[in-house]
Amino acid sequence: MAIAEQHVASAHTNSPDYEGFSWRSWLATVDHKKIGIIYIVVAFAFFVLGGIEAVLMRVQLGAANNTFLTADTYNQLFTMHATTMIFLVIMPMNVGIGNYIVPLMVGARDMAFPRLNALSIWLFIGGGLLLYLSFLTGGAPNAGWFAYAPLTQNQYSPGAAMDYWVLGLGLTGIASIAGGLNFIVTVLNMRAPGMTLNRLPLFVWMNLVVSFIIIFAFPTFTVASIQLLFDRQFGGAVFNPAQGGDALLWQHLFWFFGHPEVYILILPVMGMVSEILPTFSRKPIFGYSFVAYSGVAIGFLGFIVWAHHMFGTGMGPMANAFFSGASMVIAIPTGVKIFNWIATMWSGDLRLTTAMLYAIGFISMFIIGGISGITLASSPIDLQQTDSYYVVAHLHYVLFGGSILGLFAGGFYWFPKITGRMLDDKLGKIQFWLMMVSFNLTFFPMHIAGTEGMPRRIYTYEAGMGWEIWNQIETVGTFLLALSVLMFLYNAIKSIRSGERASNDPWDASTLEWMIPSPPPSYNFLHVPTVTSRRPLWDAKYPHAVGDEHGGHSKPSNVRYEYTDENTPGAKDIHMPTLTFSPMWLSGGLTIAALGFIYINKEILGLPEGIAALGFIAIGIVMVFVGIRAWIVDSRRDSPYMSSHH
Amino acid sequence: MSSSVSHGTGEAHQKPLLGSMGVDSRKLGLWAFLGSETLFFVTLITTHLIFYARTKATLAAAGTLEHLDPRTHYLGIELTTVLATLLLASSLTMVLALAASKVKDWKKFRVWQMATILLGAAFVGGQVYEFIHLYHEGLKLAPQYVLEGETVKSLYGVTFFTMTGFHGLHVTIGIIWLIATYVKVAKFPDSPENPMDIELAGLYWHFVDLVWVAIFTLIYLI
Repeated sequence: MAIAEQHVASAHTNSPDYEGFSWRSWLATVDHKKIGIIYIVVAFAFFVLGGIEAVLMRVQLGAANNTFLTADTYNQLFTMHATTMIFLVIMPMNVGIGNYIVPLMVGARDMAFPRLNALSIWLFIGGGLLLYLSFLTGGAPNAGWFAYAPLTQNQYSPGAAMDYWVLGLGLTGIASIAGGLNFIVTVLNMRAPGMTLNRLPLFVWMNLVVSFIIIFAFPTFTVASIQLLFDRQFGGAVFNPAQGGDALLWQHLFWFFGHPEVYILILPVMGMVSEILPTFSRKPIFGYSFVAYSGVAIGFLGFIVWAHHMFGTGMGPMANAFFSGASMVIAIPTGVKIFNWIATMWSGDLRLTTAMLYAIGFISMFIIGGISGITLASSPIDLQQTDSYYVVAHLHYVLFGGSILGLFAGGFYWFPKITGRMLDDKLGKIQFWLMMVSFNLTFFPMHIAGTEGMPRRIYTYEAGMGWEIWNQIETVGTFLLALSVLMFLYNAIKSIRSGERASNDPWDASTLEWMIPSPPPSYNFLHVPTVTSRRPLWDAKYPHAVGDEHGGHSKPSNVRYEYTDENTPGAKDIHMPTLTFSPMWLSGGLTIAALGFIYINKEILGLPEGIAALGFIAIGIVMVFVGIRAWIVDSRRDSPYMSSHH
Repeated sequence: MSSSVSHGTGEAHQKPLLGSMGVDSRKLGLWAFLGSETLFFVTLITTHLIFYARTKATLAAAGTLEHLDPRTHYLGIELTTVLATLLLASSLTMVLALAASKVKDWKKFRVWQMATILLGAAFVGGQVYEFIHLYHEGLKLAPQYVLEGETVKSLYGVTFFTMTGFHGLHVTIGIIWLIATYVKVAKFPDSPENPMDIELAGLYWHFVDLVWVAIFTLIYLI
């Protein structure tokens, strides 16, 4: 059949991106695909670090009265594990895949603001490095990822650890808001002709929703952390009850951000699964509009449920009832999605590739996490379970069983597009089953240990509490889980070097990213496609298939496979923005200035208080100015109206 | 083949290109950013109002201290009315500058844009003066204030300076943006990007003014 021939033909195309590697082409890049790859690689490195932290904690908890870690080290590890996995792994992994795929899916040649995109990646890396620098400068943050007041005040958290936390996350927060704005404008304004909002792939829909959540949720966290920083650096006491401040105010401000944050972590993954299931069921998604708009509903509802994290504080029956009810309402749009995914697979022609297995694994594990979530939404039950391992089980079922399994699904699905090579499917399937078994071994017993009263965040426990067997199983499970992650890493490295070449469209999929070579040339589309339906590539490949009311197969379409590279005639006429180091200067400067800010009231490098800090801030400001100047110069180079002056 | 090239990034930041929404991409991005900024200021203002209410409750509970209300004592309406007038006037001059740019009257543009910059700078100067004045009156970045020899435990000062300080920082950034636009237009008077550049700076400037209107009303007036 024609498709098969095209597979063979495209096997000969490969991207020049990978032929002439140069540091400059990566560090100064403004290409959304390269930036996406940097996000993915860095997030994976942090995934390994966060995983090592988890393994260390599980070794400590593997036996009662264990002395492998001290209490303080344990506190640092659980704080950094959560902070890493949330801010430095799942978020940037979502952003990385989104960065690569969203512009391709809407038929654009790049994100709306390529330089801002580069600024986001370097700011994110700067913030992540700053957070991890704390390990070398007297200890990592140890007050938990939600940094409850007054534990974060100077008297309980002396030293610089919490300042690293505030400023490190501050930098990644700026990166996230900038990224959110970039995604919003890209999705709304960079769509190919005919790509109406109602034809957007669901992955794009979910990225749009998440971007709005990011820009509206992060400012509250930014303000709260600025106030915390003022408390710590300038004697502010906003969150210090001993001096008239309010510790609960931190919880409200934090969770007003923190609850939408969990949807920031899960919605893009739901979008990935909504792409993968139809492809491997060989059926359109069931109930496209319901899947899209239930995502919007989740986004809205996510902003009015934050206090269900605070039932333990005694807010009173009215507040408890409202936040319980609102939280349970979220089960409706979530359930809508799950039923639509199941209905998509129903009577489909299922192809159980590794990506599909992971997508199904995502649905199954997410359902377990969703159900324990409903139990926690009920405030009387929550009062029994709060701060117990039951909560730890719940959050890992939604964030690992949900987000991480879904990210593996997306990883297997788009790896060929991004690298031009197929991942080893057989090894992938073994790794999938190992991960499913070990994931459940690790996290399922936490439900039981938690129900039996084991509190979270304890570094050790007495023998004879009935918790030992569950903890031993969990620790064994963690090692197997780590092994399965290493298997994936092996698979990825092996496949990048010698995996089977990927064609344009190895999965016979329906969205636009599969019409261009794997990996795509820097300009993506030689001819910007005109879209006439929700499944442009399927319509082009199967013009006689029976479509739904949106099937545009009768309309003419220019959607067809492109076999192009940098030397294709016409490719040179496509103007892409030039390389620039300015985002790196800017974010480097901001990171160094943030480092200085940490030490405003502390000694460092043996210098008197404040001196080194001023030095760092001065260097940072100079770098920021260099960056701004370079930004202006480089953007003029791209402008037809001003380049004549140079 | 270049018929389809008009779509895509290459051009998106080169000229005012109307995207799929029929809006300039930078304008759309700026509107979204202002939405984000709104929540930033809402949080700052709310925090301040919470601690003002709490301070009043503390004073009332003490029985004899109600006359030490920090708002009536510290926040002089005269100076801030002048400041508010300056900032509102700068919004008017900004509109005039944009209007001049649309008809390519660059001479007029320069006058109005410079007026906007100067009014903004006067506002920031007034705010610095106010901060110094308050500091000497006993309102500091500290969890208490001293009035008539009484030390009142209160977060009023901290949240006040954080809120107005960040607003002042935004005004300062706005002034830098306006100067940058002024210089760019002077250097490249023929660039068709100019009206949009000016509109974007103006959009941000109006937003910063609007935040001041909110702060002035909620914190100083009522």
